[in-house]
Amino acid sequence: MNFYAIKAIYLYEMSRTFRTISQSLIAPVISTILYFVVFGTAIGSKIENIEGISYGVFIVPGLVMLSVLMQSITNAAFAIYFPKFVGTINELLSAPVNTSDIILGYIGAATTKSFSIGVIILITAHIIVPINIVHPIYMILFLLLTCFAFSSFGFIIGLWAKNFEQLNLIPMLIITPLVFLGGSFYSISMLPAFWQKISMFNPVVYLISGFRWTFFNFSDFSFSISLFAIISFAILCNIIIFRMFKTGYKIRT
Amino acid sequence: MKPIISINSLYKTYKSGFKALENISLDINKGEIFALLGPNGAGKTTLISIITGITIPTSGLVKVNNFDVIKNPINTKSVIGLVPQEVAIEPFETVLSSVKFSRGLFGKPQNSDYLKKILKQLSLWDKRNTKIIELSGGMKRRVLIAKALSHEPLVLFLDEPTAGVDVELRKDMWGIIRSLKENGVTIILTTHYIEEAEDLADRVGFINNGKISLIENKKQLIEKMGKKTLSIHINNSIKNIPNNLKKYKLEISNNGATLIYNYNINHDKTGITRLLNDLSNENIILKDIKTNQSSLEDIFVDIVGK
Ligand SMILES: Nc1ncnc2c1ncn2[C@@H]1O[C@H](COP(=O)(O)OP(=O)(O)OP(=O)(O)O)[C@@H](O)[C@H]1O
Ligand SMILES: [Mg+2]
Repeated sequence: MNFYAIKAIYLYEMSRTFRTISQSLIAPVISTILYFVVFGTAIGSKIENIEGISYGVFIVPGLVMLSVLMQSITNAAFAIYFPKFVGTINELLSAPVNTSDIILGYIGAATTKSFSIGVIILITAHIIVPINIVHPIYMILFLLLTCFAFSSFGFIIGLWAKNFEQLNLIPMLIITPLVFLGGSFYSISMLPAFWQKISMFNPVVYLISGFRWTFFNFSDFSFSISLFAIISFAILCNIIIFRMFKTGYKIRT
Repeated sequence: MKPIISINSLYKTYKSGFKALENISLDINKGEIFALLGPNGAGKTTLISIITGITIPTSGLVKVNNFDVIKNPINTKSVIGLVPQEVAIEPFETVLSSVKFSRGLFGKPQNSDYLKKILKQLSLWDKRNTKIIELSGGMKRRVLIAKALSHEPLVLFLDEPTAGVDVELRKDMWGIIRSLKENGVTIILTTHYIEEAEDLADRVGFINNGKISLIENKKQLIEKMGKKTLSIHINNSIKNIPNNLKKYKLEISNNGATLIYNYNINHDKTGITRLLNDLSNENIILKDIKTNQSSLEDIFVDIVGK
């Protein structure tokens, strides 16, 4: 464990965030407000309450998840892709650091960043539609776990990507549809039976369901299933990262 | 003396199938300056990348400070500083934060006084809050050196440190290298500037096509390989070599005003005395004589040419 290295990487990454603070924070906040205006207010006013919760409030957990997943993936992917692109990755490879130091530094910073964005979006949403969170501790825990798991996933994409197109491919092509079809804007139980079955294969469904439970105390699946899913995903991603560094996959020649 | 770096039967074949290094064995002594010379594509950077843990060797053993670079990379990496050939630094960071990052990455607590000293030495102190992207090429190279020195390495690799650097900085750099050596730092440098190796290095290694062709103490090398030439300037220029002088294989240059004689200092008889006698027998009047020793560059061209 190289404490100074973890600190150096973490602070370096955070300083990058602060340097580009406007892009980092304003973009997700604005797009969330837009979602609210369109889905929450314009369309939502025509939709009846779900389990006694107004539609505008109902979509808040899904919106937070949408932003947090995208932010975690793109931040972590970029954080390691950029040094590969610029060539500074060699400094990292020649430094006396373990894979765990690298993970704690880079993924720790990406997690911090996307968690902060999630919290800011929540506060923004709260200003528009007052929200009462039933299980705040679980909410924070689950949000942190999600940020960490998907930052790890993004890190893998950053290590794997050979160019900027590939870097954007997975978030655009896979994550966006999965999130939209994952019940961000509706409850799975509102779907016809056939589509409910199909949705069971979408991992994001469990995420949003679990996160929604921490807010409203009701969900499509039990919270423990969601918790189990996100922890397994985080562990799987980190195993892959360790393997990639050990074999030098696409990093060391 | 125990070597600080020891390389044994090292092979590197890239995934493309290209054999970049073949059977390299080499010891670097503690505290010496070792210059690695060789043409483009010889394998210099590959060798350095393996020792510094960036590239994975195909087979062979590399030890730094008695630790195996594969089995104990943390131990070997923490004593090595690397100034890479490619100038790669995050463009939007400032000089100071870049250097601080390196120090932290190599596991050292921050020390502003030390970093200030290095940056001053490299004439970067005034630029400490400037973004890398706003620096000139030579300044970026200085930042790379500052980054490598920031964590007080025992062994410093300089992969063509003076490429694209002006004369003044090159002199500064040589000064820094010498003072590092005085502080006991072992230095391995690659360069295409032969004068650099000739001026700085204690020993010189030649690498070509992935094979080390010669490792020598620089002075011995120059002497051993050292052919000398004797230039004889004469009063009356001549067109043809007189028959009696044919055996000396003289070359005529300068329109017959200069005769050039090649000999080797290490031979028992250089033939100079006899040549001078025979010249006077032929009534050739000497104006001046001059001797020249071959430089590392000549030797280098000689070896690489083979
Ligand atoms: N990642 C790689 N994959 C395949 N071949 C490579 C790779 N890196 C280097 N090579 C090849 O290995 C050989 C040695 O390259 P290397 O960079 O070690 O040369 P060098 O001696 O440092 O040359 P230069 O003086 O130009 O810097 C070259 O022929 C190069 O094309
Ligand atoms: Mg090179």
